[in-house]
Amino acid sequence: MAPGEPLLEVRDLVKHFPLTQGVLFRKQIGAVKAVDGVSFDLRKGETLGVVGESGCGKSTLARLLVGLERPTSGRIHYRGEDITALSGRALTSVRRNIQMVFQDPYTSLNPRMTVGDIIGEPYEIHPEVAPRTDRRRRVQELLEVVGLNPEFINRYPHQFSGGQRQRIGIARGLALRPEIIVADEPVSALDVSVQAQVVNLLEQLQDEFDLSYVFIAHDLSVVRHISDRIAVMYLGRIAETGTDEQIYDHPTHPYTQALLSAVPVPDPEARAHRDRILLSGDVPSPADPPSGCPFRTRCWKARPLCAEVVPPLDVPPEFRESTGPAHHASACHFAEERHVVPSE
Amino acid sequence: MTNDGHGGEGGGTALLDVRDLTVEFRTRDGVAHAVNGVSYRVAPGETLAVLGESGSGKSVTAQAVMGILDSPPGRVTGGQVLFHGRDLLTLRREERRRIRGAKMAMIFQDALSALNPVLSVGAQLAEMFRVHEGTSRKEARGRAVELMERVGIPAARARVDDYPHQFSGGMRQRIMIAMALALGPDLIIADEPTTALDVTVQAQVMDLLAELQRELTMGLILITHDLGVVADVADTIAVMYAGRIVETAPVHALYRAPAHPYTRGLLESIPRLDHKGRRLHAIKGLPPSLTAIPPGCPFHPRCPLAQDICRTDPPPLYEAGPGRASACHFWKETLDGAR
Repeated sequence: MAPGEPLLEVRDLVKHFPLTQGVLFRKQIGAVKAVDGVSFDLRKGETLGVVGESGCGKSTLARLLVGLERPTSGRIHYRGEDITALSGRALTSVRRNIQMVFQDPYTSLNPRMTVGDIIGEPYEIHPEVAPRTDRRRRVQELLEVVGLNPEFINRYPHQFSGGQRQRIGIARGLALRPEIIVADEPVSALDVSVQAQVVNLLEQLQDEFDLSYVFIAHDLSVVRHISDRIAVMYLGRIAETGTDEQIYDHPTHPYTQALLSAVPVPDPEARAHRDRILLSGDVPSPADPPSGCPFRTRCWKARPLCAEVVPPLDVPPEFRESTGPAHHASACHFAEERHVVPSE
Repeated sequence: MTNDGHGGEGGGTALLDVRDLTVEFRTRDGVAHAVNGVSYRVAPGETLAVLGESGSGKSVTAQAVMGILDSPPGRVTGGQVLFHGRDLLTLRREERRRIRGAKMAMIFQDALSALNPVLSVGAQLAEMFRVHEGTSRKEARGRAVELMERVGIPAARARVDDYPHQFSGGMRQRIMIAMALALGPDLIIADEPTTALDVTVQAQVMDLLAELQRELTMGLILITHDLGVVADVADTIAVMYAGRIVETAPVHALYRAPAHPYTRGLLESIPRLDHKGRRLHAIKGLPPSLTAIPPGCPFHPRCPLAQDICRTDPPPLYEAGPGRASACHFWKETLDGAR
């Protein structure tokens, strides 16, 4: 595969969860539009960061990518093949290459299984990857790769701290030698000092195994640190996407600007001269999203057009000629650059 | 807060003066030393941020101050909690309860579990006035609506009979703030008040809290693990590790040049919003178990500066500049290294 060619192409992905009423005669009365038309590419060896607040659909997106949910419509192409159309054996074999790391290291590991069984479990489903006799050695190797003592193979999850458990979850994700890892808030549950260890580990593993990551998080600082490209999600759609410099230093979508300006910066000197945009209200319910632009109900720039026409995720007309960092996709009718992150 | 961290003499201006507080928990694995000689002071109108990771003792200290420690298994085994000069630990249960809620109030992280799910928010707010001030039902309800308006709940009059689950996370946290403010306390303890909230909502709630505190010149103790939130609102910081305060300083001084290797490690291990950076400087190892805190300086197994003395002699809180103190034998080196 040529470098820069997309490994994963996601097109118009939609996941609606039906809302039903009645017990005997269930009828659909609506739908939670968790993911509502998401498209992006993921290239080999690259990290795509997906940020957004709770309810924006980022976790549903993760579950769609690894095949834990079936999309309502849309396609996911892995190496050119539409995996949403696959089933049975063909699906199983593709899934091997797309693995997941979960958020909560306390509930995502079975407390009754030893660490060896947890990390080795993927081999039960994909026995072709490692012959039975070789599994113990492989699991020990994986423990070592993620920085745990290989002798811990017979211990149980409760004997480990949160950070160590997340390493176990990562080892399980690596067991099948996947090409893509979808990590859903992998460091959110960890303390600051331990979070840095796990972030460093993820970066080191990426170099070592040439992994591609979809890194989903609500912490914008962590996402900037680890990602090559970033997609900002709001109510099931991507609001803005670009490189870390484009999104953080030259955002053009008002939601991205508000989100960035709200992040507390660990520098009291920056307190006084920061551009704070305080949004009013909460995120609308994905069961009843606003017409047109989903952000218009909280946006200070909203005009009648925003209620009528859904802004496309594309480079806005005013920046199409530009060669600067404002030239990136932003789903806003009235996109303009605004610097909200204090630069050093 | 004074330089020696021990409250000093006089202490006329302190609203709250915690001296040498120790708290233990009896567990199956032995005695957990959750708080080991913590001292801090808060003046009216001051915001003290208590910063620490999980298990550092930051919340347990606050619970002991509030008098809401789970005991057993928890037990205050020493120290004083002087509030307006009176030691709360010597008061009778009944006296203490009168102070709690009225003169000092607490805001918790998880509003959904801190509020009563089967009572409307209006009833819960009104209850405060009825119990503590004997207000009539009608008047209490009116004041509940006023409070809800004050903390920015839209259409307060229409929502006063709604239940906690009918509000969003941010709105629930505002209701918690309203409850804390109801009786006009002098001191508010906020334990991770915005941790469960989304960042845009977090900013709203933090702003509200800071504004109310300024307006009412309350003392505020903000307990958090988030170095960003601290930088945004605090005047003074106390950094806790393994049940001890390892560094106290005015907020600007601490971020400019930390005087304790643990604080420095924390500051270096967080990714920044304003630049990408490459590898993060992680602190090696894990925080100690509270049933087996290492001898000497509790941070020595993880410390890049550790020498023999750190393994044997627990460092006192050294004065490390105007208004600041550090529990590190090598605070000077740390401070110089940071500059």
